[in-house]
Amino acid sequence: MQLKKPKSIRSALAVATCSMLSGVSHHALAESTPWEIDTALLYYGESDADNPRVTVVEPVIRARKEIATDEFLTFRFVFDSLTGASANGAIPQSTPQTFTSPSGEGTYTTSANQTPLDPTFHDARGAVNAEWELPLSRLTKGIFSANFSQEFDYTSMGLAATLSRDFNNRNTTLSGGLSYNADTVRPVGDAPEGLSPMPTTTSVDKTTIGSDLSKNVADLLLGVTQVINRNTLMQLNFTYGMDDGYLTDPYKILSVVDNTGTLVGTNPYLYEKRPDSRARQAIFWKTVHQFSEDVLNISYRYYWDDWGIASHTLDLKYRAELGSGHYLEPHLRYYTQSKADFYYYALQDGTTPDYASADYRLADLDATTIGLKYGITHDENSELAIRAERYTQSSGGDAPFPDVNANIIQLNYSLNF
Amino acid sequence: MIVTGIIGMSNPSLEKAKGYWIGRFKAMASPCEILMEVKKASEARALVQLAAEEAARIEHKFSRYRTDNIIYRINHAAGEAIAVDAETAALLDYAQQCYALSEGMFDITSGVLREVWHFDGSANVPAAKAVDALLSCIGWDKVSWRAPTITLQPGMEIDLGGIGKEYAVDRTANLLQQHTDASLLINYGGDLVATGARRDGSGWVVGVEDPQHAVALPPSSHATQTQYELVRGGIATSGDARRFLLKDGIRYSHILDPRTGWPIRDAPHSVTVVAGTCTEAGILSTLAMLHGTAAEEFLQQQAVTYWCVR
Repeated sequence: MQLKKPKSIRSALAVATCSMLSGVSHHALAESTPWEIDTALLYYGESDADNPRVTVVEPVIRARKEIATDEFLTFRFVFDSLTGASANGAIPQSTPQTFTSPSGEGTYTTSANQTPLDPTFHDARGAVNAEWELPLSRLTKGIFSANFSQEFDYTSMGLAATLSRDFNNRNTTLSGGLSYNADTVRPVGDAPEGLSPMPTTTSVDKTTIGSDLSKNVADLLLGVTQVINRNTLMQLNFTYGMDDGYLTDPYKILSVVDNTGTLVGTNPYLYEKRPDSRARQAIFWKTVHQFSEDVLNISYRYYWDDWGIASHTLDLKYRAELGSGHYLEPHLRYYTQSKADFYYYALQDGTTPDYASADYRLADLDATTIGLKYGITHDENSELAIRAERYTQSSGGDAPFPDVNANIIQLNYSLNF
Repeated sequence: MIVTGIIGMSNPSLEKAKGYWIGRFKAMASPCEILMEVKKASEARALVQLAAEEAARIEHKFSRYRTDNIIYRINHAAGEAIAVDAETAALLDYAQQCYALSEGMFDITSGVLREVWHFDGSANVPAAKAVDALLSCIGWDKVSWRAPTITLQPGMEIDLGGIGKEYAVDRTANLLQQHTDASLLINYGGDLVATGARRDGSGWVVGVEDPQHAVALPPSSHATQTQYELVRGGIATSGDARRFLLKDGIRYSHILDPRTGWPIRDAPHSVTVVAGTCTEAGILSTLAMLHGTAAEEFLQQQAVTYWCVR
């Protein structure tokens, strides 16, 4: 190996060492670490076979900075703008149907054999989240966060804390977290009394139960993260959540039909009513495996609650490095859920359940997402990525609501400065 | 949360010697000693406390055994760029210069070789294929480093363990000198530095009989070791006779050549070097080991005082 005569490096080494020990890098650089800024713009456009539905445009800004060694502050700002029409819960009929709008001041009509959509659906939401992550001791870390979001008919405020501790030569991390949200719902035209009739003309007022209703959401999380080997990380979480308060959707109704499936003459629509509490549980498993360059991400979630809903989510992502900072990431997600005990496609005339909802989100349903992300790292300080996905949702049971498709496009730009 | 760095740190002890104080604590898996020619116990106690906190801070920040520090973030960034602070940047610059000066022999990305090489005295020599497979993950030239951001290719790792202890010795000395003009000897597990002449104009006498564990001795000691009087400068030792593999009569030293992935043939058992700082002494002793049979020739070329044990 040593064919060349060794040369003297002592003086060059002395200069380099002196400069290093003075703590100053050769490069001009700020004392503090840069802000990491992530910006994203999401477009979500939903439609069924006949009609366009909801369109969401959502800009997100996230800023993160290391304020001391291993101590981080993160701020996240989201602004959503929703427009379009949303299913109101009533079922199609062979004749046109007329509904009063939530405010009670107008009506809208759905043509024969069309799924009734409420066209007055529009909203804007602003949300801000602040998070403080800090080491509490050599092996323990704490994350504390607060969030606030505001829509014209909904306000949410929350606090969360997570503690995690490393064990087993830092190959195992145990985490425990608590979060609490206090929400207020202020429905347009006030909250209708559950299962009371929806007026069919603006001259009749609906029966209401109040204008400011509260909802509390508490969650407990227990998790373990295990380093399996140099390239594989596994995570297992359990969450237990409790909701209580006003959990009903004040804008959703049910159709009341006779034996032939035809709308009854008087009080053909009732406002929905959900229980005022819900206990939720979920188990989440995730594995990240890194091949020589590519990264595989697999996760599975099983969820169940005391409304009778149980769901499975399987999610697969594979990040393929194309070289020189380019990558492609295919994404596949499958979701299936069983319906809530009080879900009805339509109510049979004469039945008087305690709770009832025709919201398709509480029905038996299957959903698939297929997507592809392409990213390019410009230089060490910035990255651009675009993600395009197709979401397909269909009725999983005998409720014949139409399939819903959505196109999702997201643009991301990250930079350090 | 300023106290974070010292949680879990062993409590320093203080002992009076003839004309100076000795503070002791443990850090970086080594016994650490601070010899201080100060008069008052309170002053000595304050200095050793500062030293222990600084050693713990550096260990916490640069240890590769932690998952909550900058090294872990760099090594687990999966190809993403990581921005580093000024101190880490200075160390990365330094590692880059040492890589260039040593023509690739000193390489902070070579730590992944530990996956296949286990120097436990056994005959457990890895297959050539296993070593070759790792070579694609080694090489500072594959790292994208432009202060303040570093990007490792996925699968690569950096490890500052090769200079961490010596760096901690020098940094501690610099820090304590801001608080006292008294002569100090900082000794972390045999890697040490002296800050200047003592009151009587003499230096600190260092025993180097067992170069792995150089011991600071009081000047009156009649120990049989080779004694070296260090006034100002650093001493560091590379090599450990107990860490090797023996197969088919060939002794594989634990000094791995990052360019081949294989141990250096005929490396000395240990090399101890005296240089301007502990860090320089550490780099020179490591590079001497990497020169194998040419270790002595390399050291003579550097015109440094050294002890080479074969």
